[in-house]
Amino acid sequence: MFSYYFRLALVSMRRNPILSALMIAAIGLGIGASMTTITVNYVMSSNPIPHKSDDLYYVQLDSWDPNNAANEPNEPPDQVTWTDAMALMRDAPALRQGAQAKSNLVLEPPGDDERPFMVLARSNFADFFPMFDLPFLYGSGWDRDADEARELVVVLSREINDRVFGGENSVGRTLRLGGQHFRVVGVIDEWSPMPKFYDVTNGPFDEPEEIFIPFNTMVDFQFSRSGNTNCWKAVDGNGFDAFLRSECVWIQFWAELPSQAERDEYMQFLNSYVEQQKALGRFPRPMNNRLSNVMQWMENQEVVDDDAQVMMWLSLMFLVVCLLNTVGLLLSKFLAKSHEIGLRRAVGASRGQLFTQHLVESATIGLAGGLLGLGLAWLGLRGIELLFGDMVDRMTNMDWVMVLAAIGLAIVSAIVAGLYPTWRACNVQPAAQLKSI
Amino acid sequence: MLSMQQIAKVYRTDTVETHALRELTLTVDEGDFVAVTGPSGSGKTTFLNIAGLLETFSSGTYMLDGRDVSNLNDSARSKLRNEKIGFIFQSFNLIPDLNIFDNVDVPLRYRGFKSAERKARIEKYLDVVGLSGRMKHLPSQLSGGQQQRVAIARALAGEPRFLLADEPTGNLDSAMARSVMGLLKEINEEGTTIVMVTHDPTLANEAKTNIHLKDGVVSETASISQLGNGKQNAA
Repeated sequence: MFSYYFRLALVSMRRNPILSALMIAAIGLGIGASMTTITVNYVMSSNPIPHKSDDLYYVQLDSWDPNNAANEPNEPPDQVTWTDAMALMRDAPALRQGAQAKSNLVLEPPGDDERPFMVLARSNFADFFPMFDLPFLYGSGWDRDADEARELVVVLSREINDRVFGGENSVGRTLRLGGQHFRVVGVIDEWSPMPKFYDVTNGPFDEPEEIFIPFNTMVDFQFSRSGNTNCWKAVDGNGFDAFLRSECVWIQFWAELPSQAERDEYMQFLNSYVEQQKALGRFPRPMNNRLSNVMQWMENQEVVDDDAQVMMWLSLMFLVVCLLNTVGLLLSKFLAKSHEIGLRRAVGASRGQLFTQHLVESATIGLAGGLLGLGLAWLGLRGIELLFGDMVDRMTNMDWVMVLAAIGLAIVSAIVAGLYPTWRACNVQPAAQLKSI
Repeated sequence: MLSMQQIAKVYRTDTVETHALRELTLTVDEGDFVAVTGPSGSGKTTFLNIAGLLETFSSGTYMLDGRDVSNLNDSARSKLRNEKIGFIFQSFNLIPDLNIFDNVDVPLRYRGFKSAERKARIEKYLDVVGLSGRMKHLPSQLSGGQQQRVAIARALAGEPRFLLADEPTGNLDSAMARSVMGLLKEINEEGTTIVMVTHDPTLANEAKTNIHLKDGVVSETASISQLGNGKQNAA
């Protein structure tokens, strides 16, 4: 019967093309507006590494000013100092862990023809690659021994490998970075976590870096950093060494702690470490260490912007207004079919069958509205791109989940809007309708 | 076949009670062709609606094909209507957007027949009413008489035990009315029971039995043979 009801729905839509077009437009507008904002919120709040987001923990230590919290009301700083990062790397008990920071470097391709260019670099430890499940096209990441030996090795993004080596397997080849020769050990495939959870402090919707080098080499050669740096007291002395030993925070630190026991042990270590540092005159604030899993960290950093949430709720209210209009239009349309409904009742249709038939008609209008809404949402997202430029271009793409959600929302909305008109229409007295024609 | 015992129907508003039927008692036998006549307001249409399960009644007993229909729910009434009763209306009541084939198909859809069975029945009964060549036409492309023939095909397609006809020739000119009446008589001769409401005494005289309603009760009942002998029985 469903195909019969669907065919009747199409016939009915053709019968009142203007009324049908108005309903489709109302639903389309509501869906278009709401899906535009829902898409942005969806991308902002999506889990970038769902299979292990509960195993990865962002580390915060409250080494901040005794008189002012790093972030109100009593939040520890978002990053850690070099002193603390190195201590954790040396002694903290994690399955995997790593300090990391962002840099800008000049890359000099091996041939004479190519001109040097700037690249975004991430300085990290060996565990970064298995911890965040980076997919490799060629080779692999470096190992912990390479970190220890302070080897000059590099992992390239696919784009850089395409640009510098024409997409060939470049493992074993060398290139110059920041004036030093680095050996390529791996090329990663497409990898673009959204949000960029491993470094939200420097922009949760930025593109991933183009190359990855060992953290220690960045320090050894004093490569320039491009991430956020915050200090609560002046650096004691001049030069890079003084900066390293300062209370300035500029390093992100992640640990992989799959079990509760490992997390407890890790937290215990952090507390012991801070107690030890307090004895040395550091960490003047009360103990306030934090371990946050991926989604907790996204929430802590308010990756989903408040304005985006407000816009989403406003657009959903607009959808409700559109649906209220649709209720009125459907009521008018269905009541105009009273004699047909009366006839169908007379020849044997039950109320339930007529109810289903008209809900299918509502759903069909919703489907058409959803398709129109998808087009409008696409235009809306392009409009957001035009308004805000490159900084939002990764948030304005609808994946298949969003496409299905748009159509599903449209159909469900139309069915809900059709409930009252359908109920009214199915309660007409057939005898009165048949005699009155 | 159809038996009503002391059926009453009262329409109530806040201030007014209208007695459309007052303890109406009648029986229609299988194979009969009954014409129901009476002045406006006599309860003809209410009787037909109750007989066709389109309306409920206030009191009394109604047995349709041996089954008491008093306490049936909506779904059971719909099923019974679909299987046992065919309707023919004065205004044809065809669905204007559906072609002739699809109009005749409407009751068969609710019966749950397979496509092949539906197609066979539609073709058969459109052939019976002489419209097998017009299946793809819309109702607006047919004359009034042809539209009523489509409505008759729709009523027959479910092969009901009886037909309820409400002024079936009321919107037709005399030639078309004669043609439709002839068709109804043929259908009756093949075994289908027909109850027809009409104002037209000439048409009523073509039925086998006449029932005259007045003020919601049967005032007279007569068979054709009785009419021929000049006898009338008070009900």
